[in-house]
Amino acid sequence: MNLIHFMQQKYLIFIAIAILAILAGNFAYPNYVDRGVDFLNAKFSWHLPHMWQKPYVLGLDLQGGVNLVYQADLTAVEDKSGAMAGLRDVIERRINLFGVSEPVVQIQGQDRLLVELPGVKDVKQAIEMIGQTPYLEFDEARTEAETQKILDKIKEVQVAQEKNEDIQKIEDWELALQNPYIKPTELNGKYLSKATVLFDQITFKPQIQLQFNSEGAKLFEDITARNIGKPLAILLDGASIIDTTGDNIIDQNDLYAPIIQDKISGGTAVITGDTSAAVANNIARRLNSGALPVKIGSPISQETVGPLLGSESLQKSLWAGIYGLVAVMLFMIIFYRLPGLIASVALLIYVAVTLSIFKLIPITLTLAGIGGFVLSIGMAVDANILIFARMKEEIKRGKGLSLAIKEGFSRAWPSIRDSNINSLIVCAILFIFSTSFIKGFALTLSLGIIVSLFSAIFITRILLMVFVGPRLEKFKWLL
Amino acid sequence: MFSFTKYSKFYYLFSGVLIIASIVSLAVFGLKFGIEFTGGSTMEVNFTEERPANSTISEALAEFNLGEIVVQPTGDKGAILQFKGVDEATHQKVLEKLQSVSGLEEKSFQYIGPSVGNELKNKTQIAIALALVAITLYIAFAFRKVSRPVSSWKYGMTSLVALFHDIIIPLGAFSLLGHFYHTQITIPIIAALLTIIGFSVHDTIVIFDRIRENILQKGTALFSQTVDMSLQQTIGRSISTVVTVLIVMFALFFFGGETLKYFSLSLIIGVASGAYSSIFIAAPLLVTWHNWSEKRAQKRG
Repeated sequence: MNLIHFMQQKYLIFIAIAILAILAGNFAYPNYVDRGVDFLNAKFSWHLPHMWQKPYVLGLDLQGGVNLVYQADLTAVEDKSGAMAGLRDVIERRINLFGVSEPVVQIQGQDRLLVELPGVKDVKQAIEMIGQTPYLEFDEARTEAETQKILDKIKEVQVAQEKNEDIQKIEDWELALQNPYIKPTELNGKYLSKATVLFDQITFKPQIQLQFNSEGAKLFEDITARNIGKPLAILLDGASIIDTTGDNIIDQNDLYAPIIQDKISGGTAVITGDTSAAVANNIARRLNSGALPVKIGSPISQETVGPLLGSESLQKSLWAGIYGLVAVMLFMIIFYRLPGLIASVALLIYVAVTLSIFKLIPITLTLAGIGGFVLSIGMAVDANILIFARMKEEIKRGKGLSLAIKEGFSRAWPSIRDSNINSLIVCAILFIFSTSFIKGFALTLSLGIIVSLFSAIFITRILLMVFVGPRLEKFKWLL
Repeated sequence: MFSFTKYSKFYYLFSGVLIIASIVSLAVFGLKFGIEFTGGSTMEVNFTEERPANSTISEALAEFNLGEIVVQPTGDKGAILQFKGVDEATHQKVLEKLQSVSGLEEKSFQYIGPSVGNELKNKTQIAIALALVAITLYIAFAFRKVSRPVSSWKYGMTSLVALFHDIIIPLGAFSLLGHFYHTQITIPIIAALLTIIGFSVHDTIVIFDRIRENILQKGTALFSQTVDMSLQQTIGRSISTVVTVLIVMFALFFFGGETLKYFSLSLIIGVASGAYSSIFIAAPLLVTWHNWSEKRAQKRG
């Protein structure tokens, strides 16, 4: 784009920036516009929509919760990455059963597992639950008489509960806690050698092959012999091995139970059926995590942040950021007058755009991330300071305003580029640490550097071109 | 025109004293590393009524064999306790015991195993070494076209000296703070130190850039004059940039809460030292070095 063309389009670009600024500002902090909309809607009975609501994703240190890192013992395992994937899956299942909202379960490096549980109160229980060894069991169907007996007992207990009676006085009340349809067999994960996914030679449909050890082969033969035509349920940690109802939640309504076609001897069995390869892989992985349980023991690091401290940290760091922002703007306006004001406007746009990006991607905001962002506010104006200093020099040399602006930008560019590349190099190196604190800091700081280049160079330039025209030649003291 | 390079001996002396003081402090007091590096537990609590004396807390917890218990009071009724690494069950017992001494609520608890600590130490060393190498290489690359009258690797070396200056002084400060106030080197402070590496070079690059530009424009009549003029032209910018960063860091220091306090403090010390070293050490050092090599060349004939 040549310069003349650029100059003609400056008003168009200015309007585009203004729209971007307003959108980003209200997206980053929608409260004011939403209040305005509510007011208008109430007054004129309009139906204006609210701003698009998308919350910031807050890290554990800002919302409270526990962060646990485990070291898995993989010495006895051949397929290490498969075992870790299985472990991750098992732990994730348990946490979902525990009812934690938005947990994070991540494999780190080769044998580390990171578990983040936001808002968990009973950390001790959570650690116990995660540390348990996965338990795989094979359950057979109960006889009709047994089923009826349990169902009756459940009814009896329910009636007693409704009348507020002591249910423990009912004979055999514990029966009501059992599953009325299936009961455990002697067969469990320790008898399973491994599970693999195969594809049928003719139909190309995925099948799951189970291989039992010699003891397991015997048990499996007995169980299949006495249950021909009946289901054999597979459970992991007491719940169905996969979600069968299609609601993505594993609960009491799910049960994965292939039907036993025949007595199976020799210790090798195949589960066929109309499943996708993904589901078959999922089942096989979970079977394996029950067959060769990976031990993780106690966490090697733990960080618990109470909800009070979290919100307190959030408030404090945000206010510190606001004070810093206002003070930087004041400084710029006092020392650089009109260009300082324009740089301040660009800085505000910078803050709005960066916060919007945090929301959009979304980037998990941690205390360190806010620290990095606040630092980037202080650093963002550096490019403008360099440019304005150059502009002043050019004006002193007697150059006209628009030429001085142009020269200011082009001469300051190499320094701006070099120093920002430097900061980005450091940010990249900071990523070596797997620590979330440093990562959060490096991420927001590098994002801030990139956005600030855009705001300090492009936005400031357009604003200067629009507001500093020939009519300002008389008011050079403003510059 | 104020000559920056004329008084370089005083700047060297001033910085030399600070650097020696820092090294002495580091040698005598060493650094206190946080539990991220050493392994252990830390617990932040807020007493609801009155904060018991440190000794009362330590005595109450004696039965748990927690090793050395460090109690640091925070705010009006808060305290941060540090002791050896314990599992969650012991942590709960400790909490119960404290509860029986005086009513409290726990704000945070952290446990770091010994293997994690060693790993972090290694990573920190690698990161610092990498950052130094990468930045030196970058400077050498950025100044590859400047060879007269000072060759490009000299720019790289002088910025490295300035960098050393900017890392050793905050470290010295933290060794003093650690000795007298139990301030520890934690992950946030490492992050800050690495950022200082970038930021300090930032400043040096801008000044060196000006020197390069002035050499290209006006020839190389007298190198010290070129450097003086360049400093003259960039000093306003250097001050403004440092002030804006200091403003936001002071805001974090005073209002940003406990975790970010020492993070911002290390940035404040580092950034101030970085600005000083770019103007008063790096650029004058270029001149001193240049003059010294000239003299040697003359002697040789």
